Amino acid sequence: MKRFFDAELETFRSDLVLMGETAIRQVRDAVKALVEADVGLADRVIAADDELDNLEIKIDNEAIRYMNLRAPIATELRLVIVGMKASHDLERVGDEATGIAKRAVRLAAEPPLKPYVDLPRMANMAVEMLRDALDCFLKGDTDKALAVIRRDKEVDTINKQLYRELTSFMIERPGTISRAIELMFISKSIERIADHATNIAEEMIYLAKGKDVRHDDSVKNG
Amino acid sequence: MSTATLPSTSRPTMTQTTTASAGAPALNPAYIQIKDFSFYYGAAKVLHGLSLDIPEQQVTAFIGPSGCGKSTLLRNLNRMNDLVDGIRHEGDILVNGHSIYDPLIEVIALRKRIGMVFQKSNPFPKSIYENVVYSLRVAGRNGKAELDEVVERSLKGAALWDEVKDRLHESAFGLSGGQMQRLCIARAIANRPEILLMDEPCSALDPIATAKVEELIHELKKEFTIVIVTHNMQQAARVSDRTAFFYLGKLIEYDVTTNIFQNPANAQTEAYVSGRFG
Repeated sequence: MKRFFDAELETFRSDLVLMGETAIRQVRDAVKALVEADVGLADRVIAADDELDNLEIKIDNEAIRYMNLRAPIATELRLVIVGMKASHDLERVGDEATGIAKRAVRLAAEPPLKPYVDLPRMANMAVEMLRDALDCFLKGDTDKALAVIRRDKEVDTINKQLYRELTSFMIERPGTISRAIELMFISKSIERIADHATNIAEEMIYLAKGKDVRHDDSVKNG
Repeated sequence: MSTATLPSTSRPTMTQTTTASAGAPALNPAYIQIKDFSFYYGAAKVLHGLSLDIPEQQVTAFIGPSGCGKSTLLRNLNRMNDLVDGIRHEGDILVNGHSIYDPLIEVIALRKRIGMVFQKSNPFPKSIYENVVYSLRVAGRNGKAELDEVVERSLKGAALWDEVKDRLHESAFGLSGGQMQRLCIARAIANRPEILLMDEPCSALDPIATAKVEELIHELKKEFTIVIVTHNMQQAARVSDRTAFFYLGKLIEYDVTTNIFQNPANAQTEAYVSGRFG
């Protein structure tokens, strides 16, 4: 039967979806600002981080209030717990996007070290992983969430390749060191965003099935 | 625990507690004001100088272990304790700004303004229809059109109409426990009271009937000022806007419900709401 407090959970769910959409937008804009050397866009990404911070606090407050007053059990309890964890991951995604935007501002002042190909490709993969993890939240599609967890390795591989490539740049031409280090950190940030997407995917499997798949190698390797 | 070990509690009032957390329900004006109210059964002092304001059109829950005085206080609000021998009180209770102990006030008229629902449903041995209109008949109001309207409005208000509209003239004893309790709520609101007092209205009901009555409380507060006594902590958390915790006849803590259950100021309140004593 419907209860008068059902609307509170709907608000909670829609806040989490809004937070996911906002985090995805931040990552896309940060990488776009880097590739296009768009300082204005980078500044907007940095300023918009507050939106994610505020949503994280709102979601936490809603979750604590709901647990406190409504005594949720079973699926409702998992939803509230998972929502708090996922919102924490999304807030960290926002922090990484802000970090990328800050580095994009510094890099925009210098000529590009190399054409940006791998970083946008890697960022697209991370954004797609976030998108699929959110889809799992909306539709309960755990197969999609499992696929997200497996794709994390691909992002790790590109990150390692970039690391080697940028290291050789620095060895050969010390004048590239400061730019190469910025790019290494950006690569690491994108790799972290994919890790957060993986966490969210794992949380969504827990939400849908009540099964904890963290640190389970058989899940990661398929 | 003896009274001597109780921390001296300054009696919280609405004004003291309205700086509650963000997201607390907006504070409605006080409809019932309890002012330094003490109550005695013979020589036994059972309520000790209680002061609290109960806001209109909100739900206020009284919680506390058995014998803490919450039902006694509830029954004082419509002067039902007048029927007990050897009682006396100090202090005052105001409803909508007027003392209920004003010598000019008619107790019967007061009780008409205050509906009451008890722990056990107590339908009269009459039809569903006659149960609802009983108070109107007593008052000499017998017009069929008016009574029909009151029955429909009250039963709809108590979320019972759809279940009984085809058997209004059958005995009320044929209803289920949950339906009987909702019939008693319909009877309590038939005469359009201003206040609804509920003394553990769900303690004899199953979870589904309880959920229905809780939904009903949530609806009824749009129209009435509601005071509910309950032993069910989760129910107090779900249905009330403000919660008062009583212990040994004293008001220990009174605040918006979210604060009482999330961050109570008093250690005894916390121990009670988390099931560690009482």
